[in-house]
Amino acid sequence: MIPFEYLRAGDPAEAVAAVAGRPGAAFLGGGTNLVDHMKLGVARPDLLVDVSRLPLDRVEETGSGLRIGAAVRNSDLAAHPLVRERYPVLARALLSGASGQLRNAATTAGNLLQRTRCPYFQDVTTPCNKRDPGSGCSAIGGYTRYHAILGASEHCVAVHPSDMAVAMLALDAVVIVLGPAGERALPLADLHRLPGDTPQRDTVLEHGELITAVELPDLPFARRSAYRKVRDRVSYSFALVSVAACLDLDGGAVRDVRLALGGVAHKPWRAALAEEALLGATVTEEAFRRAAEAELAAARPLHGNEFKVPMVRNAIVATLRDLAEEGR
Amino acid sequence: MTAEETAEETAEETAQVSAQGRAVGTPSPRVDGRAKVTGSAAYAYDRPVDDPVYAHPLQATIARGRVIAIDTVAAAGVDGVLAVVTHRDAARLADTEDAELSVLQSDAVAFRGQFIGVVLGETPEIARYAAGLVRVEYEEEPHDTELRADRTDLYRPERVNEGFATDTDEGDVDAAMEAAAVTVDQIYTTPMEHNNPMEPHTTVAVWDPGGGFLGDARLSLFDSTQSVHAVRSTLARVFGLRPDQVRVMSPYVGGGFGSKGMPHAHNVLAVLGARAVPGRPVKLALTRHQMFSLAGHRTPTIQRVRLGADEGGRLTAVAHEAVEHTSRIKEYAEQTAAGTRMMYAAPNRRTAHRLAALDVPVPSWMRAPGEAPGFFGLEVAMDELAVACGLDPVELRVRNEPEVDPESGRPWSGRHLVRCLREGAVRFGWEGRPAVPGTRREGRELVGLGVASSTYPYYRIPGSRAVVAYDGRGRYTVRIGAADIGTGAWTVLTQIAADALGCPLGAVSVEIGDSDLPRATVAGGSSGTASWGSTIVAACRAFRHAYGEDPPRGAEAGGEMPRDPDAKRFSMHSFGAQFAEVRVDADTGEIRVPRMLGVFSVGRVINPRTARSQFIGGMTMGLSMALHERSVLDHRTGHVINHDFAEYHIATSADVMDVDAVWLDEEDVHAGPLGARGIGEIGIVGAPAAIANAVHNATGIRVRDLPITPDLLLH
Amino acid sequence: MDARITLRVDGRDRSLTVDTRTTLLDALRDHLSVTSPKKGCDHGQCGSCTVLLDGRRVVSCLTFAVAHDGADVTTAEGLVQEGEPHPVQRAFLEEDGFQCGFCTPGQICSAVGMLEEVKAGHPSRVTDDLTGPVTLDDEEIRERLSGNLCRCGAYVNIVAALREEADS
Repeated sequence: MIPFEYLRAGDPAEAVAAVAGRPGAAFLGGGTNLVDHMKLGVARPDLLVDVSRLPLDRVEETGSGLRIGAAVRNSDLAAHPLVRERYPVLARALLSGASGQLRNAATTAGNLLQRTRCPYFQDVTTPCNKRDPGSGCSAIGGYTRYHAILGASEHCVAVHPSDMAVAMLALDAVVIVLGPAGERALPLADLHRLPGDTPQRDTVLEHGELITAVELPDLPFARRSAYRKVRDRVSYSFALVSVAACLDLDGGAVRDVRLALGGVAHKPWRAALAEEALLGATVTEEAFRRAAEAELAAARPLHGNEFKVPMVRNAIVATLRDLAEEGR
Repeated sequence: MTAEETAEETAEETAQVSAQGRAVGTPSPRVDGRAKVTGSAAYAYDRPVDDPVYAHPLQATIARGRVIAIDTVAAAGVDGVLAVVTHRDAARLADTEDAELSVLQSDAVAFRGQFIGVVLGETPEIARYAAGLVRVEYEEEPHDTELRADRTDLYRPERVNEGFATDTDEGDVDAAMEAAAVTVDQIYTTPMEHNNPMEPHTTVAVWDPGGGFLGDARLSLFDSTQSVHAVRSTLARVFGLRPDQVRVMSPYVGGGFGSKGMPHAHNVLAVLGARAVPGRPVKLALTRHQMFSLAGHRTPTIQRVRLGADEGGRLTAVAHEAVEHTSRIKEYAEQTAAGTRMMYAAPNRRTAHRLAALDVPVPSWMRAPGEAPGFFGLEVAMDELAVACGLDPVELRVRNEPEVDPESGRPWSGRHLVRCLREGAVRFGWEGRPAVPGTRREGRELVGLGVASSTYPYYRIPGSRAVVAYDGRGRYTVRIGAADIGTGAWTVLTQIAADALGCPLGAVSVEIGDSDLPRATVAGGSSGTASWGSTIVAACRAFRHAYGEDPPRGAEAGGEMPRDPDAKRFSMHSFGAQFAEVRVDADTGEIRVPRMLGVFSVGRVINPRTARSQFIGGMTMGLSMALHERSVLDHRTGHVINHDFAEYHIATSADVMDVDAVWLDEEDVHAGPLGARGIGEIGIVGAPAAIANAVHNATGIRVRDLPITPDLLLH
Repeated sequence: MDARITLRVDGRDRSLTVDTRTTLLDALRDHLSVTSPKKGCDHGQCGSCTVLLDGRRVVSCLTFAVAHDGADVTTAEGLVQEGEPHPVQRAFLEEDGFQCGFCTPGQICSAVGMLEEVKAGHPSRVTDDLTGPVTLDDEEIRERLSGNLCRCGAYVNIVAALREEADS
């Protein structure tokens, strides 16, 4: 770990100015990902600007939804009465991530911006295009159990590890970003990128841009929502695949649906094709399966993670089936 | 006595019982318990030392070749860096025969992750940062880390671990297989696994160069080890010192599971570092990542098991042939198939072990080496045979119970496997097991039950000595350089001493974990209680013989481990039956194990509280082995790529539901003065097979390769 | 780069100078000789370094000490009050909820923090009704303590220890 300076920012604008003005600077939130990466040599900031104590730690009703401060801890967000009542998918996703201790430290923005768990990315002795552009992708032809089946490129097959982000994506969340030039609102769907030939960039954010809040729009039918995480170990482990779903039924038909997938791509994956196939469909396991297959037609698994295709298909079907049964 | 019954006894009752001179057999609380729960127990790194220096190792990033250039200038120039030691300037070792311990003695790289240097700094941050500035150039040679059964360079080791014969061949297995009415012939595999004790391997070393009127050089270590005396004697040899110039202290050890059973390269590296900064304590704690290449591991195994039987399931042939890896620089040959030699009655039996010497880190002991992986193969094969014969798997095992040890022909000192199986079947509700695999479905879960046998040899290792001293005020001190790595040995030895002296438990203090104490053998092979315990009994008897019931202040007597005449006349093993229930998610293949039960026959149980913890701890590690553990060697680079706790999964509390262990109320009259066989390892033996067999019963899917993961059970 | 900070550790104010790179865990262990929090992985993957930071359980290895000037830290040693072990510590002793003891201080701090979270009504992954009250049954205990690995396999006894606490 290289020596670094530490600055506790007094307000968001000061934090943005401090980071934007220095190429080697980074924001420090809960630290659960950044400190890890600094120890591994994956991240080498020379200035840490601590934003964890900025007054961005509140969850507020906005009239059209919920505004979640960037510094709200994952555990507090999951325990918030409005989240539990209105967005159970989000509470469940948060609670299925990491551990009690880590959720007490990790922040909302930090969770969105956490980097891939690809073991080659984390091991600085191996080539990795995300860590060291142009060095090659070690995962291709290597250990791929936790890697992408959708939207990957020949340069990177990493997946985004967040659970929370998958639920927020299903909820059409909007990310509020403060930059040197002012504030902008960005649909969460546009925050994370596919790797293409620049896998070093996880998101569209520019250096110095700070997420200050996440807004969740009202989505009444999200009260019937669920998060299903499939993994090798029951708890305290990352997803092989995961499914966030909100289901609105009109009798025996699907009136509306939100579906997002985790563990399958470089970004939380909105299953738009499946949603499309489900709209108006009769509620049957077969319809759920067809919708899942529509989404997964584009899947290109790697040698070693072929199982993810049937696994996520089954998880989608099971999640929707359980939600439909819950409503009966 | 069952665990539930004994657990209800309170500490107060224990004290009373002890006062009457019967500490053995009671569930005494751990003598080190309070220190552990309050956090005051000082492990190796925790011991206060003056003016420490922090060591950060440098590791090879190739799997085979040479270091041709190593630029340490930038690192050495960092403020606070005291030294950078590499093969160019490290002290020459006196003995380099053990290639694992021949650290920094040449430019050769034999596996990825091998030590190529160490940075010594005033703070851990400085040492780590400076280590990152060292630039290394290599001349890389092609490496090979892939174990396959079809390799043409497999070789036959002279012996396998614990001195067992490499191969055995009785009768004519091939002819018997040919003639058998029912056969099983399958390949089973277990992966490379890592011990991963929670406490990383740690050494704090101080080198006092001596000389002149100061006298001889002295080397002192706080070390995390299962044997202070093994570390002392090995380091003395490696550094050309007399053993009395070396002192190793290790009162608390944060687990070992075999990986701290012998010194590893980090011990040598720490001392090399200490020699570079004489007089200052050098602290070296391996990182979790480093443990995956430097602290031993369980070899992967490829096991071919062949069983031949008549229609009634009576075995006519048993063959168990194992392929394993070892390191090219040092042989470790695991006894994977050795347990099969004595397990079941069959006139025709063959076992064999073949090794591939690869460019991998040095494998070593991991809890129940041999039996743990070997009984996955054998006991899953037995389940397959039960299915093939249409027999209940419990009944199949009962039918193949040998009257005497099939290998040696000796009588058993006490083989109660059938009782364990029968008792377990009743307690577990075995009669409710689905007769046809894949037929019980509850909601979205497929439910099944499985069983497997367990065994572990009775090892008693000679060479220990204990000394008893009396302070004249009612307190006895028993000294022996033993280790409590979480087994409860400290407590159990106190109980044994109290009874042997005929005094209350509270009147005895046992001192362990220091090489200045009388020599003791390793905390390994489930041998501690029997070896050290019988030594203490001998010392206590010698003490009473010399001083009677009213010893003077300063009275002291010692004893050696008594000889064991029965060991050559009887076949002595612990046995057990393990039962598991699994539930498999029909959608995702996720596996839960709601219940496990082990019924064990281990001779006398000295302390039911700590014994139960050992059993269920072993079973829990067996569950972890069954479902989670796999070190993934990336053969392109030759290193374990999932080298941390996020990727190398061990079971969490959420994975471990109802795990229980009971045992037969017995004494093995042939097992030394205590009548106790070992208990530390048997819990892991058979547990993975019981789970795999339950998975088959639940799903109809036969998994022959560990670990059993959800993808294997997807429909 | 060094910074001067003050921590209140187990009820005592401690001033120290730390490298900005020093984690809270290393500040406790290497600077203050408070060694009950253990370093099992140094990457937030085992829970052995769990402490109560301003009352909440966190892993002390993934946070820099410099960021916690003025914070209150309680370790397993600090849970002992006037020589008396904390009820959770007593329950671990009673149920033999440990073997080697290395993960134990972290387990205990985690358990104490967890019980506070339950008291505050925080749900977990296995809580059926997210909006209802929380009942701390075995499944809840297991899930909520899954961030503390124990290689000796003492989980069954740890759950038993906390079952006693949950009942009381």
